[in-house]
Amino acid sequence: MINIVWAIAFVLIAPVVGGLVAGIDRKITAHMQGRVGPSILQPFYDVGKLFEKEQTVVNETQTFYAICYIIFMIFTGALFFAGGDLLLVIFALTLAQIFLVLGAFAANSPYSYVGAERELLQIMAYEPMVILTAVGMFVATKSFNVSDIAATTTPVVLLIPGIFLGFLYVLTIKLRKSPFDISTSHHAHQEIVKGVTTEFSGPSLGLIEITHWYETVFLLGFVYLFFGFNPLIGVAAIIIVYLFEILIDNTNARVRWQLVVKSSWLIAVVVCVVNLAALYYLSGGVP
Amino acid sequence: MTYLAKSPWIIHYDASSCNGCDIEILACLTPMYDVERFGIINTGNPKHADIFVVTGSINEANREVIQNIYNQMSDPKVVVAVGICACSGGVFRECYNVAGGIDKLIPVDVYVPGCAARPESIIDGIVTALGVLEEKRNKHVRSPMVTDHGHTHHHRHAEGGAQ
Repeated sequence: MINIVWAIAFVLIAPVVGGLVAGIDRKITAHMQGRVGPSILQPFYDVGKLFEKEQTVVNETQTFYAICYIIFMIFTGALFFAGGDLLLVIFALTLAQIFLVLGAFAANSPYSYVGAERELLQIMAYEPMVILTAVGMFVATKSFNVSDIAATTTPVVLLIPGIFLGFLYVLTIKLRKSPFDISTSHHAHQEIVKGVTTEFSGPSLGLIEITHWYETVFLLGFVYLFFGFNPLIGVAAIIIVYLFEILIDNTNARVRWQLVVKSSWLIAVVVCVVNLAALYYLSGGVP
Repeated sequence: MTYLAKSPWIIHYDASSCNGCDIEILACLTPMYDVERFGIINTGNPKHADIFVVTGSINEANREVIQNIYNQMSDPKVVVAVGICACSGGVFRECYNVAGGIDKLIPVDVYVPGCAARPESIIDGIVTALGVLEEKRNKHVRSPMVTDHGHTHHHRHAEGGAQ
């Protein structure tokens, strides 16, 4: 059931793919704003630069937390691509995110604190929807195993379209895209400096960037699960979903955190209840 | 060639500038000049930045801020003084509250004169700074921790200016 080859492939290839996705993202963003934009390889230059910089830390444990963050993110993605249990994948993802929050709290800095608090709020906002997505997947395919869900011939997205839309909503939070980039941002929003990453510098910031690449690939893999019945449609869906996220990113300003939490909970409850209830009745009352 | 020159991140601080140079710096980020195509990003966080871009001259209100930003940046780092006020104090150099150019307080690597400095010359200054950045990395130059030694000298200077 666990496919170790896919796990190793994820560990080796995901940073390359994730970095390229980030580079293409910046290029398309620049074109949307009427600019030329940096090279597609720019994220790799940035991370290379960060590893050339001196490491300045306020608290030694920060580096430890940054390393834990990347290790657990790799574990999350590797477990996912190996075809493991979706619930365990989601718990590992939360744990990874918590290490980032701990790292930000480790430094006594107001901006880092605000960023860490907002990161916790973000986790609070997307977590119900992500778990309900796993529930939706189970109802549609009768399995929590990623290997079964990916191999199913059931058109999952047609059974749980509401949950797919809800997942897209929280995907914006997870990818740190405007309007939901409340804890830190790739853009020049500076009212909380760099939020959760304010106190990370040099190599540990580089690790956080690489972690974000892993996370991006993992999340796009999650999108694929909805379209597992047809690999071609699956890949097309990933590309369309990401382009859509870039468009949302460039047409929205950062919103307040209250709106992020309220709206994502509301959407999670509404779409999941409606979707799962509809599925329940359509299948003749037997889930 | 290292990655440093391909990904210079900037922190911009307005030290008593009239805002003329600041507008020109922001103009560099617009589609017209688009410095992001060289990988240049305005970070707003000294701990992430490689290049400290300062406009305006030093006065009593900002000298601690400039020191603080400079000391928080990780090595290798360079300082670019943009505009004549940052270079030498400009027309304000004899004011009683102005200590002079940024180099009175922290080591400046590149001077970009002009009132206001044109976006082209600012970009040229940043590109020159990249060379200095590379050199500092290759020679493992460690920047000094800046403390306020200039404070007493400052009063002498200001006295001369007021007369």
